[in-house]
Amino acid sequence: MDDLIIGSQKFSSRLIIGTGGAANLDVLERALVASGTELTTVAMRRADAEGGSGVLELLRRLGIQLLPNTAGCRTAAEAVLTAQLAREALDTDLVKLEVHADDRTLLPDPVETLEAAERLVGDGFTVFAYTNDDPVLALRLEEAGCAAVMPLGAPIGTGLGIRNPHNIELIVARASVPVVLDAGIGTASDATLAMELGCSAVLLSTAVTRATDPERMASAMRSAVEAGYLARGAGRVPQRFWAQASSPPR
Amino acid sequence: MEIKVNGQWREFPDGSTLSEVLDAVGALRQGVAVAVNGEVVRRGDWTASVVPKGANIDVLTAVQGG
Repeated sequence: MDDLIIGSQKFSSRLIIGTGGAANLDVLERALVASGTELTTVAMRRADAEGGSGVLELLRRLGIQLLPNTAGCRTAAEAVLTAQLAREALDTDLVKLEVHADDRTLLPDPVETLEAAERLVGDGFTVFAYTNDDPVLALRLEEAGCAAVMPLGAPIGTGLGIRNPHNIELIVARASVPVVLDAGIGTASDATLAMELGCSAVLLSTAVTRATDPERMASAMRSAVEAGYLARGAGRVPQRFWAQASSPPR
Repeated sequence: MEIKVNGQWREFPDGSTLSEVLDAVGALRQGVAVAVNGEVVRRGDWTASVVPKGANIDVLTAVQGG
């Protein structure tokens, strides 16, 4: 695979893993290693006196780059402050911008997301914007200066796969920044489809961390992303209604 | 004076610096960031920054999350 380039960052893996949902750090470590990921999300929360969760230490030890997110934020103002705190705490300009409209759907709030994106880009952040599978909004986020747009396949944690593949294709067709399929991946074939549709990378967490065997699923996702990338580059045959013999006629 | 740290009101001597407040609550020094009344205070400014009365301090760190 060619390197994935987002902003000024270069990655040889096209699989970004979220750390949420893992039963413990040992399970997470085995899954991260099996996935081959080089970029992994963390959330920002109030620190208690007992110290952190140990996830930072783990990611540093594995040499995996941090992608802090703004999960849990409801407004542009909250997301901007959370991103600024993440930059200060973790010494990175990367941020996965997510502004959720409500707890039931966890769908991105398009108005707040776009406003936060504009402010964060202006403040020097490399913004990965979590967005609906809306081709118009994806373009607006790119115009605002986001380094990557991350349309959902389905709502976070649902494992429903890619509900509107055509919208993902439309987003890819017009984007000049990397498109990262984020959220909704349930199993390996979903990740492959994302890459076949032309996405540059896949971000997933639940599908791996809550699988019966997270390490094995992480390995499957790694292969799935590579397979989809190769298939996209290879150029699939056109779909036909009637059969076409693959052996020469007698 | 009373200061709210991560949602809990606590008593501190008047004129306490941010550094003194963080020490008193046992906050980690690495991998955390601090906002006072919704504004980030850079790590290098913690010792010089005097916390105003009634301030709302948030101390954040990274945790597992999607």
